[in-house]
Amino acid sequence: MLRFVLRRLGLLVPVLIGLSVLLFAWVRALPGDPARALLGERATPEAVARVREAYGFDDPLWQQYFRYVGSLLRGDFGSSVRDNRPVVDTFLEKFPATAELAIAALLIAVVVGVPLGYLAARNQGRLLDTAVVSGSLLGVATPVFFLAILLKLVFATWLGWLPSSLRQDVTIDATHVTNFYVLDGILTREWDAAVNAVAHLILPSIALATIPLAIIVRITRASVAEVMNEDFVRTAESKGLSRRVVSRRHVLRNALLPVVTTIGLQAGLLFSGAVLTETVFGLQGIGQYLFEAIGRRDYPVLQGYILFIAIIYSLINLLVDLAYGVIDPRVRVS
Amino acid sequence: MTIPLPPSGGGAVSPESAPGTPGGATGAPDTTAEDRGVSLWRGAFRRLRRNPTAILGAVIVLAFIAVAVLAPLLTSYEPGAAQDAGEITPSSVPGPSPDHWLGLDSFGSDLWTQLVYGARQSLVYGVISTAIGLVVGAALGALAGGFGAVGGRAGQWVDTAVMRIVDLWLSIPSLLLAVSVAAILTQSAYAVMIAIGAAQVPIFARLLRGSMLAQGRSDYVLAAGALGLRKRRIVMSHVLPNSIGPTIVQATLNLATAIIEVAALSYLGLGTADPAVAEWGRMLVAAQDRFDESPQLAIYPGVAIAITALGFTLFGEALREALDPRSRR
Repeated sequence: MLRFVLRRLGLLVPVLIGLSVLLFAWVRALPGDPARALLGERATPEAVARVREAYGFDDPLWQQYFRYVGSLLRGDFGSSVRDNRPVVDTFLEKFPATAELAIAALLIAVVVGVPLGYLAARNQGRLLDTAVVSGSLLGVATPVFFLAILLKLVFATWLGWLPSSLRQDVTIDATHVTNFYVLDGILTREWDAAVNAVAHLILPSIALATIPLAIIVRITRASVAEVMNEDFVRTAESKGLSRRVVSRRHVLRNALLPVVTTIGLQAGLLFSGAVLTETVFGLQGIGQYLFEAIGRRDYPVLQGYILFIAIIYSLINLLVDLAYGVIDPRVRVS
Repeated sequence: MTIPLPPSGGGAVSPESAPGTPGGATGAPDTTAEDRGVSLWRGAFRRLRRNPTAILGAVIVLAFIAVAVLAPLLTSYEPGAAQDAGEITPSSVPGPSPDHWLGLDSFGSDLWTQLVYGARQSLVYGVISTAIGLVVGAALGALAGGFGAVGGRAGQWVDTAVMRIVDLWLSIPSLLLAVSVAAILTQSAYAVMIAIGAAQVPIFARLLRGSMLAQGRSDYVLAAGALGLRKRRIVMSHVLPNSIGPTIVQATLNLATAIIEVAALSYLGLGTADPAVAEWGRMLVAAQDRFDESPQLAIYPGVAIAITALGFTLFGEALREALDPRSRR
């Protein structure tokens, strides 16, 4: 198992090298002077000249590239054009908000999606199946930000059941340890703060969960339907095993493999979706920060955040591969 | 697979005449026809016609295309042209009236006109960006798949090298990739199309490569090789044509994604800034400030995007099912 992990980690290296080349090339491909791109439109000529000097934009490209990689390895990812804050700092500060949202959304998608897909496959052709399939098609077709606006209008503005923005009411004086607000509330036993943070998460995470939910439902349904037709399921049934044992040990365990892969692939989409969802709900995570960075063409932030998100995405897919090895022993051998 | 034809049958067996012709001894008429070698696409078309989901999808898609093409006939106003800006107050926009039957938007343009011309934008953006993704992705996929299928050891090396690049491409979430590309190209309509197309490239590349590798292992490719056909000929006239089906289906499905992503890029402020261009995503952005008092400004374009995307999804799914050999019973 350890060799499997190490080998998979080794595969990350070419991806990271490729990404660094791409992001390096990207800033240089931006229209106009790269120094101006890094500093923003309103930079003075002196500042531009200083950055040209500091970054060595007049040196040969390969020297510039190795200097860039060197600074990445030292943990220097550049600073925001607007407030000059290091990209790493803002990312770490804002990451918990996004992670909380993404985890909540993924939780909804999996906890609702897998059973729904399973039930649909078990009741193929009946009303339940039709409803689940049509619902999932509609879920994929609805733009995330439109759904987010709609949820906000109905449940926050009209009905007033749930808060419409921010991560916690400003009136709540919560202690923050990890910046994961729900976790903080639990750790410090400030239950009202935890409940309040959960209430703020409900609408955004539903909005963000729709697409992964729809996709998980469909993959689970297709996968369960296929496994149910396998010979070993028929054998298990004819041996007289109870329906429960057959579904748990034979159908679900085999049907979950493609579902696990899908869940991993959705993780990347969650980060993209977070840009839109966080913006609508003002959650102040990395998504909203990225949105603002796009708006003011803050290239160091974009460059750093894209790199971080790609790394997280690759790590999640690594975890998925490992989970695969746990669920399916055949993978470990090959 | 030679087909014994009745003397009057003439050339190819048409789907209509096939069930009536003698020859198939067993099964329903359709099965008979399919057993006699109806082409994959023709058989798929017949299954599509019997599938209500496919018809619903096709109706939505055709209606969308009709609205987009016939936009100037469906409204007498110009997109982006202010009608009676005087009636607009910070808290309300004029509702439906005989002249403007969906009312006006917050800039004083006729809402119906904006919606109709928005369909045009979505169609153009969606089709062109998907075409970009399809062409580049299929080229990469064919390169990897072709070399991987018949190229031997050196071919596998090419396959691996191309697929590493595609994997890298895929490691950046598509919306971020689109945002990065749009940022390089400065704000323009082309930037949006190239950006969304670029994000679709890896999907097509992986899909085409996968099906080409699968075809490469089949007997007829082996036979073609044994007959002494050149490798390039085997790939171009045997492997590729037999592998392209799933990629075409994916393109239909990707049109739905592309239309949503065009709106998303607009929403993020990366779409066109030209006020004379009506665009559903930008309509949503503009509607957000007035959402509490005039929700219709957001609901119409939002529902328009959702229905259009649903139409392409339904049709694409049905097409995939119809082309899947396992669904041909």
